[in-house]
Parts: sequence; structure tokens; C-alpha cells
Amino acid sequence: MANAKTPPELTRPLSPHLQIYRPMLTMVMSIFHRITGGALYVGTLMLAWWLLAIASGPNAYATFQMVAGSFIGRLVLLGYTWALLHHMLGGLRHLVWDTGRGFGPAEREWMARATLFGSITLTLLLWLFVYLVSGGLR
Amino acid sequence: MKHMRTPLGRVRGLGSAKTGTEDFWHQRLTAMANIPLVIAGVVIVISLVGRNHAAAAQILGSPLIAILMLLFIISVTYHMRIGMQVIIEDYVHEETSKIALIVLNTFYTIAVALVSAFAILKLSFGV
Repeated sequence: MANAKTPPELTRPLSPHLQIYRPMLTMVMSIFHRITGGALYVGTLMLAWWLLAIASGPNAYATFQMVAGSFIGRLVLLGYTWALLHHMLGGLRHLVWDTGRGFGPAEREWMARATLFGSITLTLLLWLFVYLVSGGLR
Repeated sequence: MKHMRTPLGRVRGLGSAKTGTEDFWHQRLTAMANIPLVIAGVVIVISLVGRNHAAAAQILGSPLIAILMLLFIISVTYHMRIGMQVIIEDYVHEETSKIALIVLNTFYTIAVALVSAFAILKLSFGV
């Protein structure tokens, strides 16, 4: 209750927070899950714009393609792809935890590693596929 | 003093609220729906990369693709709204700002959903 008006003599010490702990993979992955979620929240605007541009006509679509195909556009899309896959694999981990499984030290460690490895590998494979098969973004 | 009863006395016998876990459950429900829908969405987007406007419009407007994209948009934006609300509630403690941000969060996610759904339906109905 940080917003409650507490008299000074009744303020309690705060519990230890992030800066006091040694960073661990599971902890970093938890932070990444929230950051990727936040990034996707904003990045979904790009998806809405893409759909709206196609619905609006060839000119609007050309504008979108110009922005998306630029260096920064590609960088944003690459980041969006990774954030999406990372958040999805991280979410799978959370769904496993929701069943009460996967809390052991070894399990949570390998699940964290698999999420990170999987999201990076899948992102690279998808982008390689796009560039090799359809000639990349135009 | 508005009342003469203790806080415990006022709540005793009222039972639990019986509600309050919808967001928790819906976050997981949409998470489960998102898995196949995100895979479908990624496949659809990739298959449209590099196509001209006419082809992209035709493919997105075909019934199966349009329905998958609509489900994707609805599930994802609903998931987004709950997720961002949790973030706001975690970090914004000042009551007025918190409520204002939660309202904006709802407006934003509904706007993203509606813009996307409108575009898909327009392509689908070919107007």
C-alpha cells in the first residue's frame, strides 16, 4: 500500500528487491517475459497498420512496405519476431508451471535455457526462410 | 464514526466475493488460444511477404485466412489488455494515474483490435 498515508513513525523497512540479488537465468527470463510482452504490446501497432494499409489500397500498402522494408523497419520486425517467439515459449513454461510441474531446480533451469535457445533459433530460421524462399522483404 | 461495527463484524457472514479471478483465468485462456493462433498468424504473414497489393488483399480476404486472423487479433489484444493492466498495477501506485492508465490501456487495446478487425472484414467483404 504505497499510496496509503502512513505516519512516519509507522513506516516499515522494505523487502529486499532486485538490486540485492545476484542475477540468475530464471530471474532474467522472468524480466524478459515482461519486457517482451510490453514490446509486443506496442509492436502490435505495426500489425494493425499492415492490415489497414492492405485494406486501404496500393498506395497505403506501398508506404507501409517502404517503412517496413527500411533498415530500421527490418530491425523492428526482427525484434518483434524474437519477442513474439520468446514470449510464446516463455508462456508455455508458465502454462507448465500452472499445472504444478516444473518447479525443480534442474527443470526450471533447462526450461529457461530451452526458451532462450528456442526463441533465438526459431527467429533465425524464420528469417533465413523468408530471405531464401521469398527473397526477403520488398 | 459512520458506523459502530468493527471491520471484522462488517464482513463476517458475507462470504468471499466469488469473483475476482477472471483476469487470471482469461490470461491463461487467451495464452492457450494464442499458441496455435500465433503460429497460424506467423505462417500467414510470412506467406504474404514480397507479394504485391492485389495478391496480399486477395489472400487476406479469403474466408479461412480472414477468420484465423480475426481470432488471432481478438485473442492477442485481449491478452495484451490483461498483461499491461498487471504491469500498470505493479508499478503505478498513485491511484489517479493508475486508473487513468488502466482506462487508456483498455482504449488502446480495443482500438488496435477494432482497426485490425475492420481491415480484415473490409478485405473479406470486398467493399
